Amino acid sequence: MKDQLVVSVSPHIKGKETVSSIMLDVIIALFPALIVSVYLFGWYSLMLVLISVIFCVGTEFFSQKIFGKEITINDLSAVVTGILLAFVLPPGSPWWLVAVGAVLSILLGKQIFGGLGNNPFNPVLVGRAVLLVSWPIQMTTWTTPFDGITSASPLDIVKMGLDNPLPSYLDLFLGNRVGCLGETSTLALLIGAGYLLYKKQIKIHTPLFFISTVGILSILMGGDLLFNVMSGGLILGAFFMATDIVTSPLTKSGKVFFGIGCGLLTILIRFKGGTPEGVCYAILIMNMFVPLIDQYTKPKRFGTVSLRSKTP
Amino acid sequence: MKKVTFKAGIHLLACKQLTVGEEIKETSIPQQVVIPLVQHIGKPAQPIVSKGEKVKVGQKIGEAQGNVSVPVHSSISGEVIDICLHLHPVSGKKDLAVIIKSDGRDEWIEKRKIHEDYFRLSPKQICNIIKEAGIVGLGGAAFPTHIKLSPHKEIDTVILNGVECEPYLSADEQLMVKHPVEIIEGLKIIMQTVNASWGVVGVEENKPRAIRILKKEIAKQPNISLKILKEKYPQGGEKQLIKAVLNREVPSGGLPMDVGVLVDNVGTSFAIREAVMRGIPLVSRIVTVSGWGVFAPKNLRVRIGSSISFLIEECGGFSSVPGKVIMGGPMMGITQYNLEVPVVKGTSGILVFGKQELKKEYLRNCIRCSKCIDACPMGLSPCMISLYAENKNWEETKKYGVLDCIECGACAYVCPAKKPIVQYVKWAKVEINKLKKN
Repeated sequence: MKDQLVVSVSPHIKGKETVSSIMLDVIIALFPALIVSVYLFGWYSLMLVLISVIFCVGTEFFSQKIFGKEITINDLSAVVTGILLAFVLPPGSPWWLVAVGAVLSILLGKQIFGGLGNNPFNPVLVGRAVLLVSWPIQMTTWTTPFDGITSASPLDIVKMGLDNPLPSYLDLFLGNRVGCLGETSTLALLIGAGYLLYKKQIKIHTPLFFISTVGILSILMGGDLLFNVMSGGLILGAFFMATDIVTSPLTKSGKVFFGIGCGLLTILIRFKGGTPEGVCYAILIMNMFVPLIDQYTKPKRFGTVSLRSKTP
Repeated sequence: MKKVTFKAGIHLLACKQLTVGEEIKETSIPQQVVIPLVQHIGKPAQPIVSKGEKVKVGQKIGEAQGNVSVPVHSSISGEVIDICLHLHPVSGKKDLAVIIKSDGRDEWIEKRKIHEDYFRLSPKQICNIIKEAGIVGLGGAAFPTHIKLSPHKEIDTVILNGVECEPYLSADEQLMVKHPVEIIEGLKIIMQTVNASWGVVGVEENKPRAIRILKKEIAKQPNISLKILKEKYPQGGEKQLIKAVLNREVPSGGLPMDVGVLVDNVGTSFAIREAVMRGIPLVSRIVTVSGWGVFAPKNLRVRIGSSISFLIEECGGFSSVPGKVIMGGPMMGITQYNLEVPVVKGTSGILVFGKQELKKEYLRNCIRCSKCIDACPMGLSPCMISLYAENKNWEETKKYGVLDCIECGACAYVCPAKKPIVQYVKWAKVEINKLKKN
């Protein structure tokens, strides 16, 4: 019996949470937006999501096999990448575009750095950025909800000064507008974000400061607050991309700086840059600052501050 | 009463229902005890008995070597059958121990010095009695108490630690319920020794019986108060307790006395009272034997030197195939592979987890979720420390404050990637010490 006793370092009890359970929470949080996208853009959007997920998981599996690493597809992180990638592509994207994006996201965004946890950039946004410069036409061909007619996105209309009608605030909030597959419905995304906040998988700091910075600066730049907050990929980006635990700062104060930086860059690109939308590049650029932010926002260590002591 | 606490920490399932409410049961006299000569922090005691010698309960069998050391006493009466190397439950190595075979008579030494009038004694005399009784911190660290009680800084408050935040353990709770008067008397002795003006007993909110009984007792004392603490781990950590009770932070690398505080476990206070007022040296202690792998979990009054297997037999044996046997609590305890190791002065519990309770864990990369940072009661970044330790960058682990780590294990408990963070911390501490020596 002596040989059967397990010897290990403390603690001997562990919390139930695992990487898979965190990723599962994110997947659940993405469901409202997925349902809305099927409602708006038809079953084709579900097919794109499935293609994206299959190629992401497949790429993860084969790259780990080739690199001789442990297969970790059961941590579900590739599924999250897959769903999110489809969410940031136009609803009428050809299937091969989604597949190429999925392979690039996992390969260039994650596995090349050593897998989940080691990637400095958000894999989804790496995939999107590469697709955007490689296939600019397909990546900016938008279709309207329900009837699928080619149209301009709200941000395009503002940027290029087109005279198309802009969607109402209610349409923006509910998602009845032109845009990427999963980004249109603010309501559905907020429901998912609420779930993640409730499950303590994300903290409010990054999205709060990201969105408020965009809101405040858009007024200062002469834009419309609610329009700027709800018309692009800000809600999706702020709650689901900028909060990506791997590629965002560790501490709360770090997350505040990160959010403000993302907001600043988004506005800068939207109002002064060459493309109508800036959320993707803003987050990617801020990803580069994460090590620096972490360096200056370490948690306050116990016993390093003097306090006014009490007596009993 | 307002409940107080510290920042960060985690919430654990207390699992104390297994043993709470059970009376403290005296064990039968073990056939044989193994008394290690080192059961404290400091120099090991020197054996002063020889093979074949007859000893009685409470007889000194090892003399302290120097000041940072305490003597050890026989916990049963009988014959010394050997003085040899024996596996030690804490160090995990073979250390010198005195093995005594019982004669079944349980005879005590005569001539016990009783000081009911302890207020006539000088601090030095009290410290000497405490040292001669072999008393160490019974919360687990086993630091010689007489050294703690001769601080070179002014102490204004003495806090008794009755928090017992480790799950499963309920030994301190039972002690508080059964011996509140003795514990308070012990506190008064400590306060007198270090000339402190205030005394505080800190108890976690999940011990209503102890709180009720202590409240009654403490109401009779002018400068002693009771503090109820929120149920949170590691509330019983010395620094966390001081922070919660007095809002004072022990400086990094410092000791409680740097902020004018002395913290002792309630068990230690009880032992001090027994030594001073009844002349009884530390030969037994209360141990929680618990876990789903034990047939009848109990709080036992155990003779120091009894083997773990003896304790488990006293509790009706194993209830299933044992998978893990832990000395101490589930968060900070030490796993044992040989059940013939003895209970030492610092043993607060023996836990048995059944084989089917053990789950396989999958180690993953750190995903920077920062849950460990939120949990760390010392305000450290456990994920960064573990990352640097993994790469053997000891200098950086030091910069991230690894030496401040109290090894409570809250970070490793919450880690979704199941990183053995405490192991990395222990490793880093050893390596940093090696670098310092060179």
